[in-house]
Amino acid sequence: MSQLSVRGLRSAHVGPLDLDIASGECVALMGPSGSGKTLLMRLIADLDAGTGAVLLNGRARETWSAPQWRSQVVYQSAEPAWWAPTVAAHFPPQTLDAMRLLQPLLGLPNATLDADVDRLSTGERQRLALLRSLAREPKVLLLDEPTASLDATSTMAMESFLLKQLDNGLSVLWVTHSQDQARRVAERHYDVIDRRLHAS
Amino acid sequence: MTAVHLGLTDVALAAVLVLANAGASIVLRLRLHRQVLWAATRMVVQLLLVGLLLRVVFRLESPAATLLIVLLMVGAAAREVAVRPERRLQQHGNYRIAVAVVGISSVATVVLALMTAIRPDPWYDPRYAIPLMGIVLGSVLNSATLGLDSFFEGVSSRRQTIEARLALGGTMREALGELTRSSIRRGMLPIINQMSAAGIITLPGIMTGQLLAGMDPLEAVKYQILLLFLLTGAGGLASAGAVYLAARAITDSRQRLRTERLEANRVSK
Repeated sequence: MSQLSVRGLRSAHVGPLDLDIASGECVALMGPSGSGKTLLMRLIADLDAGTGAVLLNGRARETWSAPQWRSQVVYQSAEPAWWAPTVAAHFPPQTLDAMRLLQPLLGLPNATLDADVDRLSTGERQRLALLRSLAREPKVLLLDEPTASLDATSTMAMESFLLKQLDNGLSVLWVTHSQDQARRVAERHYDVIDRRLHAS
Repeated sequence: MTAVHLGLTDVALAAVLVLANAGASIVLRLRLHRQVLWAATRMVVQLLLVGLLLRVVFRLESPAATLLIVLLMVGAAAREVAVRPERRLQQHGNYRIAVAVVGISSVATVVLALMTAIRPDPWYDPRYAIPLMGIVLGSVLNSATLGLDSFFEGVSSRRQTIEARLALGGTMREALGELTRSSIRRGMLPIINQMSAAGIITLPGIMTGQLLAGMDPLEAVKYQILLLFLLTGAGGLASAGAVYLAARAITDSRQRLRTERLEANRVSK
């Protein structure tokens, strides 16, 4: 049974689309810039208004409050925004200790989580954004080019880190521009062409 | 109380200052003379018309005529509030917010003052109700405009951070809290400044007028204090009301940020 099911979801700008992702599965999403990949993920996360059905483990999206839904189906932007001066302020306080332990797995120096946001590089911020998303303990992660500003070593570290998270039952929808990355992280691949999904 | 009577020649003498101003602008090539002269002429005509109108309304002492004038004033102030911010809501959203906020905050404070502190007989006596309304509306207009403008500006410039919080399961209240508070504060600043400066840096206009008209300074001061309290109450209501209504208008039942409802304000000012 699929963890996330999308049925006939559409907005004025994208869709209609149907998609299933099983628990512990990663699905890759490709397509040229401007084809609607971001809009599609925002629509699933309920950040944009649309019609159609989205279910999490068989339960309809509308039966949750919007914040409850979005903490289970987390959309992570390609350019994650930070609203407070310190990194730690972006995490639920009780998750900080667990998250500090994960820093080295992503190739981050130990104190990064306790630094000020504006002292960090783009790559460091992008990796911290992943921890920030995981701290909500989501069931589904919608990742918009999560390795866009990472070097080859960090990219590999993030890929293997995320694949390990799949073992805990996480479902991932991964937008990437790299064929190689899509092949490494996912078995099922989709292309977004003219604002619709096509299996490839 | 003896008011100093102004003759036409006295006023004409002061007008020489405006002409001198325009002359200086021509000599120094400031290109301001046309604007200065036009603004001065406009001001004279506007005030004369208002004077004539008020004379008629004061004599009528009719509740209906007073109400009509008050409604016109509220309408004019609401229009300014709707038009001045750099961004506006689709489908006349700015107008709806402006009418509600300006109407409620000004009428509520003025009626309160008339029924409790000033107590003219009857309480809706136009000689008190209309000038009071005018002063309160000026303050309300400032507060509501500043609150609305800084809220809309913040929603556009901070859209990414607001949506980042929403995407991680934050509520709209959490995501907009900081912006809401800073926008309300922004709307309250002018009235706070006005209170701190009153008497030391500036003599408020009303008080100056009453002193010139021969009123005892302490009496004039009491009026001024009452007035500034009224303005604070009305300004706070207007600023908070405008920002909360604006926040409601750009969100929906699923706590999404609907920035597409905001567009650049192209109405001429």
